Amino acid sequence: MAVVFEATKGLTGKPFHYCPGCTHGIIHRLIGEVMCELGILEETVSVASVGCSYNSYEYFACDAVQAAHGRAPAVATGIKRNIKDKFVFTYQGDGDLASIGAAEITHAAARGEKITAFFVNNAVYGMTSGQMAPTTLLGQVTTTSPFGRDASYQGYPINVSELLSNLTGSAYIERVCLTDYKNIQAAKKAIKQAFLAQQANLGFTMVEFLSTCPTNWGKEPLEAMDWLKEKMLPQYPLGVYKGADIDFKKLEADFKAARGGENA
Amino acid sequence: MAKVSFNDDLCKGCGLCVNACPKKILQLDNSRLNNKGYHPVSCTDMSACIGCAFCATTCPDVVITVER
Repeated sequence: MAVVFEATKGLTGKPFHYCPGCTHGIIHRLIGEVMCELGILEETVSVASVGCSYNSYEYFACDAVQAAHGRAPAVATGIKRNIKDKFVFTYQGDGDLASIGAAEITHAAARGEKITAFFVNNAVYGMTSGQMAPTTLLGQVTTTSPFGRDASYQGYPINVSELLSNLTGSAYIERVCLTDYKNIQAAKKAIKQAFLAQQANLGFTMVEFLSTCPTNWGKEPLEAMDWLKEKMLPQYPLGVYKGADIDFKKLEADFKAARGGENA
Repeated sequence: MAKVSFNDDLCKGCGLCVNACPKKILQLDNSRLNNKGYHPVSCTDMSACIGCAFCATTCPDVVITVER
């Protein structure tokens, strides 16, 4: 028998500290798998954020830097501009990226920085125990919107992918979810495409993952998946928001050909 | 002929794999506790496993290894 699925070498193997059923673990694994498949593990720098993913540098087997709250795109900019041949990605949640880091991510995209942002959107502040986030849905109950988010008082959710896709500097932006096998494979493909677009210096790239937070939503992991499908998908439709016309097959073939040349 | 194996002590008993399995041969083993204090997942009928790796793909904690 051959092994068809085992733990990727893109992760350090340290047990995740995330709650049961949290999709952070799936996203971590997918990023690790893609780094291994592209053979870029030794030349990738991740930038960890603040929030539940504060510890992500412990899990990715690549180099890593920890940034101040929301400032991961700014740190990534500095790294990428100084070592242009490395792959640089940030790993941020919605509280980090869409709230305190809204300026950094917007301007990184506007400048067309050749970095990749992995944006985990679970519509709530996870680590700080479930406060309302910029991406919280209308009517959603959180600890700071106990009667449900009310548009007249707390405003409307921010659709980050749509927002950033309007900027000329962004090259590839896609929103994916992780509710089942098919969507997980689509998410993995999106991660790969983001790295390929970064490698081709096309501009700013981002993948938004719709994610669950069973603990702070007060739901079982499976219930949380159903809630995501039912409530989050209408507000945050999946799809490619920027870069649908990029020929990723050609980019991958070119990338592999260049790598083959290096090894020969 | 396929086989799944579990790194029991990483399992947090979330049940995502139980739901993902098309053959419905996974279940949380309520008779055991792992190091973390969760009921870990186990396979009730290994001979029915088709090695599709749906369980391992949905697992957030990299618990599962699949052979085929």
